[in-house]
Amino acid sequence: MLEIRTISKSFGVTPVLHEVSFEAGRGEIVCLLGPSGCGKTTLLRIIAGLEQADAGQVLFAGRDLIETPVHQRGFGLMFQDFALFPHRNVYDNVAFGLRMAQQSKAVIRDRVAEMLELVGLTGYEARRVHELSGGQQQRVALARSLAPRPALLLLDEPLGSLDRTLREDLMEELRLILKHAPVGSDAPAGITSIYVTHDQQEAFAIADRVVIMNAGRIEQVGPPLAVYRQPANPFVARFLGMHNLLPGQVAAVLPDLLVATALGALRCGRRTARVALGDNVVVLAPPDAASLAPPSAGEAQNLLQGQLLAVSFRGSQVKITLKVAAGAPLVFELPGSAADDLPDPGQPLRLALDPDGLSLLPAE
Amino acid sequence: MRLHKPWRLLYALPLIFLAIFYFYPLLSILSLSLMPQGRLDLSGVQALWTRPYLAQVLWFTFWQAAVSTGLTLLLGLPAAYVYARYDFPAKSLLRALTTIPFVMPTVVVGAAFVTLLGQRGVVNDWLMTAFDLTQPPVNLLYTVWIILLAHAFYNATVVVRIVGGFWANLDPRLGEAAAVLGAPRWRRTWEVTLPLLLPSITAASLLVFLFCFTSFGVILILGGPLFSTLEVEIYRQTVNYFNLSLAAVLSLVQLAITFVVMVVYTRLQERASLPLNLRPQSMTTRRPVSGREWLLVGGVNTVLVVFLLTPLLALAVRSVTLGPGPPTLRYYQALGSSPTQSVFFVPPIEAIRNSLLFALAAVALSLLLGLISAYLLAETGPGGRQSRLARALDPIFLLPLGTSAVTLGFGYIVALDQPPLNLRTSLALIPLAYTLLAMPFVVRSILPVLRGLNPRLRESAAVMGASPAQILREIDLPIIGRAVLVAAVFAFTISLGEFGATLLLYQPRYPTMSVVIYRALSQPGLVNYGQALAMSTLLMGVCLAGLLLIERVRVGDVGEF
Repeated sequence: MLEIRTISKSFGVTPVLHEVSFEAGRGEIVCLLGPSGCGKTTLLRIIAGLEQADAGQVLFAGRDLIETPVHQRGFGLMFQDFALFPHRNVYDNVAFGLRMAQQSKAVIRDRVAEMLELVGLTGYEARRVHELSGGQQQRVALARSLAPRPALLLLDEPLGSLDRTLREDLMEELRLILKHAPVGSDAPAGITSIYVTHDQQEAFAIADRVVIMNAGRIEQVGPPLAVYRQPANPFVARFLGMHNLLPGQVAAVLPDLLVATALGALRCGRRTARVALGDNVVVLAPPDAASLAPPSAGEAQNLLQGQLLAVSFRGSQVKITLKVAAGAPLVFELPGSAADDLPDPGQPLRLALDPDGLSLLPAE
Repeated sequence: MRLHKPWRLLYALPLIFLAIFYFYPLLSILSLSLMPQGRLDLSGVQALWTRPYLAQVLWFTFWQAAVSTGLTLLLGLPAAYVYARYDFPAKSLLRALTTIPFVMPTVVVGAAFVTLLGQRGVVNDWLMTAFDLTQPPVNLLYTVWIILLAHAFYNATVVVRIVGGFWANLDPRLGEAAAVLGAPRWRRTWEVTLPLLLPSITAASLLVFLFCFTSFGVILILGGPLFSTLEVEIYRQTVNYFNLSLAAVLSLVQLAITFVVMVVYTRLQERASLPLNLRPQSMTTRRPVSGREWLLVGGVNTVLVVFLLTPLLALAVRSVTLGPGPPTLRYYQALGSSPTQSVFFVPPIEAIRNSLLFALAAVALSLLLGLISAYLLAETGPGGRQSRLARALDPIFLLPLGTSAVTLGFGYIVALDQPPLNLRTSLALIPLAYTLLAMPFVVRSILPVLRGLNPRLRESAAVMGASPAQILREIDLPIIGRAVLVAAVFAFTISLGEFGATLLLYQPRYPTMSVVIYRALSQPGLVNYGQALAMSTLLMGVCLAGLLLIERVRVGDVGEF
C-alpha cells in the first residue's frame, strides 16, 4: 500500500534521514519508534507532504506522490497536541475535511455523527474545543482525521500530550478504532496507519509492525514480539529497556554456543544470529533471565558473581542491582518470593543465567 | 504585593495629578461645549450638522483615517507574515529598522516627506535631472496622497509588531492540519489563519485608525491649508479664530469618538482571547527554501526598508546638501543665529535648550508619578490576584493614551487660565502636558516587570531584616532598573518631539524644537527650510539614539510596547 524508498533529508547541514525504506500493507498499523530527534516525525511529515524529501520516493498504491501537494494526497494526520481549530466547535472541526471535499450538507451531517459515535463523543457537537479534556480533544482529532475517509492515517505521538493513566486506557481503544474504522465501501474495515511514538510500550500495544529508528536510520523492522525477543543490535536492546549487555567473543560453536565474557563463559541456548568462532558479540541478558544460584552449584557456566548493590521490592517482583567485576552494574528482576533469600545489600551474591533467555547481538 | 501603610499614602500623588491635569481640563471642555453660558445650551453641538463645513471636516477625518488604515494594512500584513514565519539573515536588525518611523516625532516625519516628495524635493530633483524636465513632475505636497502615505509610513510598524507578534506564536500546525484535510492554500488562509489572526488585525487596525484619526502634525504640515481634520480644526478655531466654544464642541466629539474606539478595542481584546495553543517562535519560523520564498522575503523587506527609510535618509542627506555648492554644515551653524528674515524672536538653538529642559522635567515627573502608579496597579489582594482598587484604576491610567494631544492642550488653555490654578503664562504647562502624555508609557513599561517580581524575594529580604526602604533599594530597583530606564527613554523621546499640545501651549519666547521646525517649514526662504531640515535631523538623531538604547536595554520582549 505505502512504500517508502530510500528517503534522505537534511535540514541545512544537519542530516535527519538517511536512505530510509519500509513498507506498510493495506490495513496494517506500522509504528515508527525511536528516541526524540531520530527523524521519525520528519519522515511522517514527508509522507504527509508537509516536508519535501531531498532524495527518495514515497509511493502509495503504486503511485509516486512527489508531485502531489499535501492537500491532494487524501491522507489523514493527527498531531501530537491535536491542532484542533480553536475558533470552531467540535462539529465544525470534524466536518472540516468533508467540506474541503465538497460533500453535501446531509452527507457531512451523517458522517460527523458516525465519527462522533465511533469515538464516543455523540452530543458534543456544539462544544468549543477548549472546553474539552485532553482525552476528548484526542478523540475529536481522531474523528476529524478519519471523517474524510483517508486512504492512509498518519499519527504523530497522538497520545504524547496525555497523562500516563489516560494514555494506557486509550492505547487499546485506539488500536480497536483503527482496526475497525469504516474506511470505504470497497475496502475491508481497518485503516492503514503510520504511528509515530517514542514510547515502546505504546508501540507494542498498537502496532502490527514496528520500525525502530535511530539517528535517521532504521535499526530494525518486525512484529512487536519478535523485536522484543530478538533485538537486532545493542541500540535496540537498550532502547527497549534491556541494559544488561555483556561484550564477549565466541569461544565455541558446537555442541553449545559459548561466549567468553569478562564475567566468565556464558552458554547461549538461542542461536539466532549466524556466528563463527572468534566473532566479537554482545550477550543480552534480559532482566527476567536470572535466578538465585543454589549454594550447591560449583564453578559452573552461566554463573554471575557479584556484590548486591540495591534491592527494590516491587510486589510480585523484586528488582536487584548487582555490581560485577567488569562493566556497568546489572539489573535483574526476580520473583517476589526470592526476596526472603536475598542477602543484605553489600554482601556477595551469585546468580544463574538461563541459557535459553540469553540472546546474541552483533558487537557495537 | 503591598507596600507598607505610610508608603501607600504616595498613591494619592498620581491620582491627584490625573484629577487636576487630566480630568479637570476635560470637564472644562465638557462644560464649555455644553454649557457655554453656565446653563445647558446645545446650539454649539447643533453646529456640527447645521454647518456643512464642520460635517465636511468630520467626514474627512473619518475617511482619511479609514483609508490610511487600509493602506497601512496593505503594507504591514505581508511584512507581518514574513517576519512571523521566516527566519532570514539580519532579521532582528531589519525588524529594528522598521521600528524607526514609529518613534519619530510628527514634525520630523512631516519634514522628511516634504524633503522627499515636495516641489524642491529629492524625488523631483532626481527626476528633473534624469529626464531633463523643467517642471517638477511629482506634485504630492498639499494633497491627500502625501497624508495617506505618511500615515502608512508611520503606522506600518504597528501592524508588523501587533499582527506579526501574534502570528509568530500561532501554531503553524493548524494550517498544516487543514492542508492534510484537503484545504488548498487560499482556503487555509481564509478559514484558519485569517479567523485566528482577526483579533490581532482588528486590534492593530483600531490603533492605527485612532492614530490617524487624531493625526495632527502630519495633516498640518503636509496637507497645508486645504485639509482639516478634527484635530487641526480644534487648533485653528482656538488659535486663528479664538472660537473657544466651537473648539470645545469639536474636542468633545474627538473625545467621544476616541473613547468609543478605545472601549471597542478593550472589549475586542477581552472577547478575542481564545485559549490558543501558542508556540515559541523558534518552532514557528524557518528559513525560506524555494526561490519563490526567498523572493517574497527579499521583496517584502526591500519595499519595507525603502519605503520606511528613504524619507528619513533624504532628510538627513538634504540637511547638508541643500542649496548650491558642496555639502555644508551652514544650516546647522545657522541654528545658532537669528537672522533678520527669520521667523523667531530667539536663535533656534535656544529651542533645543528649551526642548531638553522641558523633556527632562517631564521625564523626572513622569517617572516619579509613573513608578508610584505602577506600584499601585501591581498591588495584589488576597489570593495573589490584582487588588480591587488596582483593577478599578487600571483603565484610568490608560485613558490619557487615547486622548489627543491637541485636545489636552486645548483643555489646559480653557481650564488652567484662571484662579485657583492660573498657569496660562507659566512655562510649567508644557512639561505638565508631556508628563501626562508620557505617563501611560512609563506605567506600561514598568508594570509587567513589577508584576513578574517574585514576592518571595521581598519576603526573604524582610525576614533577613531588611526595612521597606532597604528592600526597595536592594531588591526592587536593581530588578526594575532596566524597565525604568526604558520608561525614561520613552518619556524623553515622546516629550522631545511632542507637537500637538506644544503648539497650543508654548510661549513665543520659549519655542521648542518641534515648533521651530513647523514654523520654519511653513516659511519661504532657503535658510528657513535648511534650518528646519537641520533641526529635524538633530531631533531624528536623538530619537534614534533613544530607540537604540531601548532595544539594547530591554529585557527580552518584556513590556507592553
